[in-house]
Amino acid sequence: MSTTAPAQLPTHLPAQLPILAVRNLTTAFRVDDEWITVVKGISFEIGQRETVAIVGESGSGKSVTALSIMGLLPAANSRVSGEILLDGRDLLKLSENRMRHVRGNLISMIFQEPMTSLNPVLTLGFQIAEALIYHRGLDRAQAEAETLRILERVRIPSAASRLHEYPHRLSGGMRQRVMIAMALACKPKLLIADEPTTALDVTIQAEILELIKLLQDEEGMSVAFITHDMGVVAEIADRTVVMLNGNAVEQAPTAELFASPRESYTRALLAAVPRLGSMKGRSAPQRFAIVDPITGAVEVVPDTGSTAAVTERPVLEVAHLVTRFDIRSGVLSRVSSRVHAVEDISFSLHAGETLALVGESGCGKSTTGRSILRLVEPDSGTVLFEGQDVRMLDRAGLRAARQRMQMIFQDPFASLNPRKTVGGAIAEPMIVHGLLSRADAHERVSELLRRVGLSPDMASRFPHEFSGGQRQRLCIARALALAPKLLVADEAVSALDVSIKAQVINLMMDLQADMGLAYLFISHDIAVVERVSHRIAVMYLGEIVEIGPRAAIMENPQHPYTKRLMAAVPVPEAGRRRLRRGLSTTEIPSPVHDTSYVPAPRLYRDIGQGHVVQAFDA
Amino acid sequence: MSSAGPSRGALRVAAPSPFAYFASATLKAFNTNKTSWIGLVVFLIVVAAAILAPALAPFDPNDQNILEKLRAPTSEHWLGTDSFGRDTLSRLLYGARISLIIGVVSTLAAMVIGTAIGMLAGWHGGRLDTVTMQAMDVLLAFPSLILGLILVAMLGPSMVNIIIAIALTSIPPFARIARAPTIAVKEREFVDAGRTLGYSDTRLLVVHILPNILPEVLVMGSLWLANAIRTEASLAFVGLGVKPPTATWGGMIREGFENILDSYWLALVPGVAILIVIFALNLLGDGLRDAIDPKLKGEA
Amino acid sequence: MTTFLIRRLAFAWVTLFAVLTLVFVLVRIVPGDPAQLILGDQASREAIDALRQRLGLDLPLFKQYTVFLLGALRGDWGVSMVSGQPVIGEVLRVLPWTIELTLVSLVIGILLGVPAGVYAAIHRNRFVDYAVRISSLLGLSFPPFVSAIILLLVFAIALPWFPVISARSGSAMAWYQSITLPAISLGLISAAYVTRVTRSAMLEVLSEDYVRTARAKGVPWNVVIWRHALRNALIPIITVVGLYLGILIGNSVLTEIVFSRPGLGKLLIGALSQRDYPMLQGMMVIYTLIVVLVNLLTDLAYGFVDPRVKLK
Repeated sequence: MSTTAPAQLPTHLPAQLPILAVRNLTTAFRVDDEWITVVKGISFEIGQRETVAIVGESGSGKSVTALSIMGLLPAANSRVSGEILLDGRDLLKLSENRMRHVRGNLISMIFQEPMTSLNPVLTLGFQIAEALIYHRGLDRAQAEAETLRILERVRIPSAASRLHEYPHRLSGGMRQRVMIAMALACKPKLLIADEPTTALDVTIQAEILELIKLLQDEEGMSVAFITHDMGVVAEIADRTVVMLNGNAVEQAPTAELFASPRESYTRALLAAVPRLGSMKGRSAPQRFAIVDPITGAVEVVPDTGSTAAVTERPVLEVAHLVTRFDIRSGVLSRVSSRVHAVEDISFSLHAGETLALVGESGCGKSTTGRSILRLVEPDSGTVLFEGQDVRMLDRAGLRAARQRMQMIFQDPFASLNPRKTVGGAIAEPMIVHGLLSRADAHERVSELLRRVGLSPDMASRFPHEFSGGQRQRLCIARALALAPKLLVADEAVSALDVSIKAQVINLMMDLQADMGLAYLFISHDIAVVERVSHRIAVMYLGEIVEIGPRAAIMENPQHPYTKRLMAAVPVPEAGRRRLRRGLSTTEIPSPVHDTSYVPAPRLYRDIGQGHVVQAFDA
Repeated sequence: MSSAGPSRGALRVAAPSPFAYFASATLKAFNTNKTSWIGLVVFLIVVAAAILAPALAPFDPNDQNILEKLRAPTSEHWLGTDSFGRDTLSRLLYGARISLIIGVVSTLAAMVIGTAIGMLAGWHGGRLDTVTMQAMDVLLAFPSLILGLILVAMLGPSMVNIIIAIALTSIPPFARIARAPTIAVKEREFVDAGRTLGYSDTRLLVVHILPNILPEVLVMGSLWLANAIRTEASLAFVGLGVKPPTATWGGMIREGFENILDSYWLALVPGVAILIVIFALNLLGDGLRDAIDPKLKGEA
Repeated sequence: MTTFLIRRLAFAWVTLFAVLTLVFVLVRIVPGDPAQLILGDQASREAIDALRQRLGLDLPLFKQYTVFLLGALRGDWGVSMVSGQPVIGEVLRVLPWTIELTLVSLVIGILLGVPAGVYAAIHRNRFVDYAVRISSLLGLSFPPFVSAIILLLVFAIALPWFPVISARSGSAMAWYQSITLPAISLGLISAAYVTRVTRSAMLEVLSEDYVRTARAKGVPWNVVIWRHALRNALIPIITVVGLYLGILIGNSVLTEIVFSRPGLGKLLIGALSQRDYPMLQGMMVIYTLIVVLVNLLTDLAYGFVDPRVKLK
């Protein structure tokens, strides 16, 4: 059943003493003179050479657990009790001075945001060497030599020249490698990784995960991996601890947890996670079967047919859309180069249909959405919405057209004006466009709130009183106020917790069935896209490299980039760990070109049934 | 099917109106930093004293009495008399009026004009922004006191001219302080949502952006009021204040300075008065600023 | 780096021209005939015309502007109407006094302010922090002439430790005697500003991710503060100090008056009260030059501290 890498010793020797034993860990914070317990007496162990995943949604206390182990919480406002035994020694009983010798030396930690976790005014070489200087007593020259070695071990190209560079020259993936190098410099026994790949593209994520696994084998160290992504858990963890609201709800070897979860919350979590490949054989997008986290009851999902109205004229027809951004530099601020964000994009979208635009950061999917709505002005191309060319409209015409094409944004916290009541925000579009009087708008607001699953008396509250998932529902309600035909969802669910994500997606699919909405679903999360879309378009460097029906793209990808993308997605099924490919350190090429650049003409092949692939060199 | 209720913590009872919400937010801001209360109270006392000057002053501030000149504080003249025999306490009270009027009017004018400039520059960006901000930067870099001195010297020292001069030198800081958050808020998705929903630029600026930058502008206002009062006093000290015999604090210090060797209180008393007012305003503005920052981040 | 410098120099020139034009305009918008104001009501028509001609006020406005600009660039800033001496000579004679006072005050401010700000930031919300915050707020609430007067009263009049009139005469002791009170008066106010900006910059930096990384590495706390945190905090500190210099120069005018110290301040006040146009123009030019130079130095300082800036 298990297909771990072939020639390897068993990764967990139960007879040996665990590297880390956490017993009854309780952490409380003081907020406004009140003590709030965030971690409520959890216990778990990490054995030698073992990878344990601590998984949970936001607010579960998983990061706080890690910071408690490292002793990095502010002493003035926090209280940690229980036992944290590292190799038998209780870390909570150590003085700050001794604890300092443990950090970076016996236990190391890497964090989520590589872009801000490195000091911008110190060289990379120095930041890595520092750990060596303080813990191993090496002098500058020795530390530098050792740093070079470490940089090569984390597979950073041209390591020697990087020593004296500053962090701002590196990409996110590269910076995370440097963080790993820093953490591993003193060969710690335990590495704590707090969501290290969440902020990275999926292909880069795959590389970093492989790197961590490889280094773990080479060093013989244990890893505590904190994440919310069940796919990542299945890929790398030997055992898993599930946390909810500060409690460790369930712990088990990963394979067992996935195959037969005992607690309802675990089952709810697993049910909400989209699995790549689970839609095989289904013709239409499918709602998530929500499991109630408390009762464990499973919702029954009827198998509805496709909502796409393919026989009518498409609601949206985009042809040869081009959007470029100028970059100015030099003394006179002349245009020196351009970002080719969207290059020659063409597709169509029917009412009741969902077309997904997938790709990694910088591929232009967001810009495409914004260009269609003219939040950003395209350079050329036509955008036919309900037969009218949106680009040709004047201000009044655009305003009218905008009533019927709307957008949902990624950040639910930033999408609502903090100073306006939510009822006011939902009513505003109707009042501004003169569709309803204030009194009637009130009625409609209540109606819309109910439609998105919220209660009408919430209308007088302010955005900060709602959770992320609720805010996204409010944004949907606001977008629906004008009865649109097209909804562009720009990473609309990416910032939500797993279970909330599933609920919001179900809502969106219900609305599509009821109102015949067309969705342009922009996302980097392929597993979600698989559930939700009728058709998928894969974007790379501003171009569509492959487009077609969902089943065709998922099961029969043609373009090498599509294949690479699919291969990199972690699959949330234990026992399906992929074989390790060779580690590559590819960086995504830049879409910036100088002013004289003329893109080469692209050819497309039609494979049949609407599946079109961009010609590539074999 | 609705999701679970609001998450950790934040469910408050629904506020009946935005007004009540702002009032409670301000109250909370004050309570976070107790010193801002002290600042507010002291400032209000000074304002009250200035308004009630005719009732409180024991003497006419311009009433000369050569026989009583240069007296140290006595029971009749609580703060002594100056070289013309005028009662220091009375002059102090009336001088407060001048300082406050000039300070408040110039600061308000600068706040309105500067905020408008900053918001427009931040909103439109591009050429307009660059040119406007460079102009502001040029003015900002120049020592504002000296610019003020020259302006008043040129225009002639009258109350109106002083207000104009101080307002002009105060506009660049307000433009700056309004521009940065405008740019930040402009990037926020609810503004994009507004554009998608077809709202006009004016609506977005006034209804959506302005309320979100108002706290910072108001805090700056209170701090800059302190500065305006200080500038007015400096102008008067140098001889460019409102013309004598009108009592101004700076003018009193100037006259007192001439007699500093034997009648030190003449220079000291108004000096301490200015210090107290400015300190109170600084306490107020500073406390508010501290309280506002984390709030904005928490709610936004 | 070169583009960076060229950009800054270009901006400096623009500023210079802008301010010179502003000066030109300001000096001429005063209501009334300048020559008449100088000579008084009783002067005869011929005397007024003669003075106007001497001052070049009879030429068309544009011609006056070109004469003024060219002269300014050439170093010929005209002749003071009060003293009859070349403006540039008078300005250069007193400039060193003002520069000296400004620099010493700034140094005092930084030496006191930075450590205080760092200390307050580390011990946030404890008593030390409150004390530092209140005292720095008090410090910058002082109008400079008030602090000067108080110091004068206490240390020169009540206690005869320092002379009432501060003009040096030769020896180091005399220099020390003459600069101390004025410099302390300005220096304490400067320290207040520097303390505040240091404190807030440090608080920002200390909450950044990379400080957490440094602690997670096991770096000693004082190294985290001085090497990891302060170096980043210097960026906003330099900005504010650069902006503050404008305020400092303004304040020095007032301080020079109180302590009867030679410097640009006295020259300025004299010129203002006497409507000495050439002198006023000259002073504006020198102030502008100082400000432009300060801006340039500030930008160069950024280049040293922030590696992201170098590569512009």
